[in-house]
Amino acid sequence: MSIDTQLELLRRIKRIRHVEEEIARRYPEGKMRCPTHLSIGQEGVAAAVGLALSKDDLAVSGHRAHAHYLGKGGSLQAMLAEIYGKATGCCSGKGGSMHLIDEDVGFMGSTAIVAGTVPVGVGLAYGIKLKKHKQVSCVFHGDAVVEAGVFFESVNFAVLKNLPVLFVCENNLYSVYSPLSVRQPPGRSIADMVKGLGISSQSSDGNDASSVYQITLDAIGKIRAGQGPQFLEFSTYRWREHCGPFYDNDIGYRTEEEFNDWKAKDPLTRLRSTLEENGALNSSLENKIDKEIHLEVEAAFQFAEDSDFPEASEAYTDLYAPAITDGASA
Amino acid sequence: MSTISFAKAINMALHQAMETDPTVICYGLGADDPKGIFGTTLGLPGAFGPERVFDMPTSENAMTGIGIGAALNGLRPVMTHQRLDFALLSMDQLVNNASKWRFMFGGKRGVPLTVRMIIGRGWGQGPTHSQNLQSMFAQVPGLKVVMPSTAEDAKGLLLASIFDNDPVIFLEHRWLHNLKTNALNDDKTIRLGEARTLREGDAATIVSMSYMTIEALHAVDFLKNHGVKCDLIDLRTVRPIDWDSIEKSVKKTGKLLVLDTASLTGSLSGEIVAKVTKDCWTDLQAPPERLAMPDFPEATSPALTENYHVRAEHIVARVSEMVKLEIDTTPLAKSRTHPHDVPGDWFSGPF
Ligand SMILES: Cc1ncc(C[n+]2csc(CCOP(=O)(O)OP(=O)(O)O)c2C)c(N)n1
Repeated sequence: MSIDTQLELLRRIKRIRHVEEEIARRYPEGKMRCPTHLSIGQEGVAAAVGLALSKDDLAVSGHRAHAHYLGKGGSLQAMLAEIYGKATGCCSGKGGSMHLIDEDVGFMGSTAIVAGTVPVGVGLAYGIKLKKHKQVSCVFHGDAVVEAGVFFESVNFAVLKNLPVLFVCENNLYSVYSPLSVRQPPGRSIADMVKGLGISSQSSDGNDASSVYQITLDAIGKIRAGQGPQFLEFSTYRWREHCGPFYDNDIGYRTEEEFNDWKAKDPLTRLRSTLEENGALNSSLENKIDKEIHLEVEAAFQFAEDSDFPEASEAYTDLYAPAITDGASA
Repeated sequence: MSTISFAKAINMALHQAMETDPTVICYGLGADDPKGIFGTTLGLPGAFGPERVFDMPTSENAMTGIGIGAALNGLRPVMTHQRLDFALLSMDQLVNNASKWRFMFGGKRGVPLTVRMIIGRGWGQGPTHSQNLQSMFAQVPGLKVVMPSTAEDAKGLLLASIFDNDPVIFLEHRWLHNLKTNALNDDKTIRLGEARTLREGDAATIVSMSYMTIEALHAVDFLKNHGVKCDLIDLRTVRPIDWDSIEKSVKKTGKLLVLDTASLTGSLSGEIVAKVTKDCWTDLQAPPERLAMPDFPEATSPALTENYHVRAEHIVARVSEMVKLEIDTTPLAKSRTHPHDVPGDWFSGPF
């Protein structure tokens, strides 16, 4: 993996981290009035997978989608404006943080119902196959998704039809405050279980962004070569509360030690150290990267804050395609 | 006098049910987590242990069917969804199994399952975290659908639901959880299908449900200060509906306004208007009216929800049209000091 690629990866992780930290910092102002799920601590996966996918490839995600959206190349300005509920948001203010879309870069939508977009991602892949395109459809999801029936039904179909789907599971151990131990039997490997459906499947360290990138690139290569769907499980960890800007170790669903262990495995610090050791990163280069990100993020927040709210009448548009009108009346 | 919140009342009902009957079990995502489903399941794991109170995989459909099986085998499961929207994954089990079992097997056995679902609103809950789908459930023969408005009713109705021998969908509005009621009559269960008349008057009949009842109370009290006294009937159960109470009131007032928390088309308000129109045709002095949500999903941006929900001032305005009196609603609107997308100053997001 070239130094340039690694530097690009670092830049992407830093960018996602900075955006999320800034959302966390500003959320208590009460201007972002929607439930917001941050990826701080687990950005390595989104950054690396996003880098491995090409702009043409398609992706879907769930409630924790900021990082996937940005990783896939979605517009930062449109995302922040959406979280602020502004007309310039990527869903015109109708979706909010849990619903993001940017079809220009193949980000086909993220929705808030757990596992809701898994079959959608497989359906996108069916379209790719019928149209004989070379794209890949990437389904970003969490560990709780493999508890949903629709996950198995979707993987089965993807295998049956040999579809170009990449399942990316970010296993951060928790579903809200529920650890894996209350949801799955001890000792289970998600990747092994899923393998039983006949899909090529593997698990690895999600906080080693360089290896996530390499593994994803290989999997994408296999998909493009017609070898069918691939399942990748990456273990990682979210630092802040499930929903909202704060830390929540004090409420007792996870231990401070566990948190600190994972914090020590920070994907950002890890990649930065590697690059420093290789002499590829020094403080002046890092300052330059940081400054660029800082300026971009600052401008994007400014854009979101300065943007107008949608007109109230916009609440009653977009239900159907323009030609059809709603016949209901009081 | 001690007061108690709606959430605490639910919690008390669960404690009481589990204490009196060892076959009652309680599960759902987060049932035993530190937040205890907005406080409603707090203390249960400690009191009744992990076999009777447990978290579950994100497998709503299977876990509903499992609840049905457990119910058929002598348990009284209470399943909880933190949002109604998540329960949509289990529609097959609810509609094809739970609601049909007693009927399709010739009455051999029914399904005493209670499914609590919480309806969200405000702070950008948006299109998939704030749906009011009671009419969808109420449309299915075999399901009972309960929608309490006060803490007292929440407790009594939840107990009645748990000990009912058929499947009950128990809908809790998130904006009610922190509302307080004065005292609780301890061991009272409330019969399903019995409405409660919260205010009396002869100017008009207002029929309401769930959170709409709170807005209606503000409206009715405001109207009373202007000399317009209304009957306010809180349905409490929307299937079966207490037709007697509605009819009796309409025969007295000759005017009907139905308040529904769901979108208008196909709503329960339509059902109520239809039946009242037929049964009370000669008593009606004005066309029946209804206020419901628009036929659109709820958007996320606060700019798009400002006028989306029916509030007290809209109710006053509609009643004053019906009774042909001009009433200025601005003082009522002004009396609300918190932003429109939260139930009170105490709420600062995100859920
Ligand atoms: C069908 C459904 N059930 C429950 C929820 C509530 N919920 C929102 S996020 C979440 C946890 C999902 O965990 P995971 O998929 O591991 O993703 P993570 O939040 O850890 O990134 C749950 C249960 C939901 N949104 N949809």
